[in-house]
Amino acid sequence: MRVGTRWLASPALIFVAFMVGGPMAVVVWYSFKTRGPSGVGVGDGLTTDAYERLVAAEDFAGNVGFDPTYLDVMWSSILLAAATMLVALAVGFPAAVWISNRPRHLQPVLILAVTIPFWTSMLVRTYAWIVILRDTGPLASVFDAVGIDAPQMLNTRGATLIGMAYTFLPFMILPIYAAAERFDHRTAEAGLDLGATPAVVLRRIVWPSVRPGVVAGCLLVFVPAIGAFLQPELLGGGRSLMIANLIQQQFGASRNWPFGSALAILLLVVVGVVLVVARRAARGAELVLS
Amino acid sequence: MTSRSRTPGNPGHRRRARRAGGEPATGQLDTRHYPGVGSAARLAFAFLYAPLVVVVVYSFNSGPLVSRWEGLSLAWYREVLERDDVRDAVWVSLRVAVAASGAGTVLAMLAALGIVAMLRRGSTLAVGFLSTPLLIPEIVTAVGTLSFFVLLDLERGMTTLVLAHTAFCIPFALLPIRARLAELDPAVFEAASDLGASGLRLFRRVTLPLLVPGIVSGGLLAFIISLDDYLISAFVAGPTSTTLPIFLFGLIRRGASPLINAVSTLLLAVTVAVLLASYLTSRWRRGR
Repeated sequence: MRVGTRWLASPALIFVAFMVGGPMAVVVWYSFKTRGPSGVGVGDGLTTDAYERLVAAEDFAGNVGFDPTYLDVMWSSILLAAATMLVALAVGFPAAVWISNRPRHLQPVLILAVTIPFWTSMLVRTYAWIVILRDTGPLASVFDAVGIDAPQMLNTRGATLIGMAYTFLPFMILPIYAAAERFDHRTAEAGLDLGATPAVVLRRIVWPSVRPGVVAGCLLVFVPAIGAFLQPELLGGGRSLMIANLIQQQFGASRNWPFGSALAILLLVVVGVVLVVARRAARGAELVLS
Repeated sequence: MTSRSRTPGNPGHRRRARRAGGEPATGQLDTRHYPGVGSAARLAFAFLYAPLVVVVVYSFNSGPLVSRWEGLSLAWYREVLERDDVRDAVWVSLRVAVAASGAGTVLAMLAALGIVAMLRRGSTLAVGFLSTPLLIPEIVTAVGTLSFFVLLDLERGMTTLVLAHTAFCIPFALLPIRARLAELDPAVFEAASDLGASGLRLFRRVTLPLLVPGIVSGGLLAFIISLDDYLISAFVAGPTSTTLPIFLFGLIRRGASPLINAVSTLLLAVTVAVLLASYLTSRWRRGR
């Protein structure tokens, strides 16, 4: 179908090249600069200090040695993202399969119900958990009513995890649903009728069909979760410094843009590696989402 | 029950359930074999909505404490309407969202038309490239865009907000427009061009009217994405261009104020209204 020429795509391509390529190039460039005179921006000199700081620190005696402080932050962000993915999978998988098994006219409504939280402000959704988890909140009153002292819930790693799993849950449900919806449930019924146990049917018949959706969902949760900022910031208190918060600090209070840029590159590399490793999975994801 | 349904001769209850659901092709699995699934799914929906409900309910609380219920009241909405800083933030957010989603949608529409004319490989590359704003962690985009604007010596304000928002509006607008384009019958365009329409005239009289549902749907999605953005905005906004999410974050940071609930509820209401409008537009296009 020819309704135009391919040149029509160039304004958008040029704009994205400018607004994505520009910033990414500058991040790389700034990560090799010296600190700015007042801590804002960068200085004139070129240096690899920012990258050295990523892996090494000087002790009181002036010896430079390996220091995993910042790599640990990266690692705990990866672990938190993995935990988020598992929680979202545990909650999302049954929901997605259940929706795919509803009468056909109900499915679009249920999917819309999953999509609405997905589009609503992440800030509002994260804030909602502050209201729920704070020690005068509704959950604390439930503990009160039962006669148990409510534990500290807000400003914990658990709060960050719940907030993240909550935020990214639709990313898990939608692709699994997309795969499960194409699945012919009669084949599972046939399996049951032929004497297979529900567990065997789930593993041998249902799972192979929904697997691409699960892989896609896991990727769609894991990747953005690595760089999550709002949930650790608002729900984790000081207890969970994640990579995104560390980067934000370098551009804010810590006033070290080159180091912040180096951390941003580190995050970008990690995300890139995850995407490359999952490339085959991502191909399956495209298949499901298309 | 499991043993009964294993008997091939007696799956009647499943057949009935299927017919009751009006389900012709793929059939439904009797989830009674997986007793936890239904309740797990209902719990998941409760999990999705409980936090939103809590915020909405507490926004009608008369008391000054964020999470202690003291009675029904619209006091906090009155305060929202009366406060200049809230109104300013809403105004900034609306202007940015209209400008960025507008620009993003126009760029996405042109891109969608261009992509259709490309060969398969080129179109995959172009779509992938236009989607990069979704792949890059938002914090990296935020600090990168800030550094970029500092390097270009652009003063932070409305311009920088609109530029940054337009970039991530494009992929969101592109999706429904491409979907709409794929639904159209190529014969329509052939007929139009056989009848002598070409260039701008073909676009204005044939292509554009047919694309309207996709454009509206995509534009609305881009609008909410821009309206709700916090992180990138926080980095590229100037002191006089505080958007509503930036304002809200400041309120949350300063500690509990029930005002946050009221502002959040309004933001939720706008999002849901726009989303339903987008959904109905896309339903309407299929209905025709």
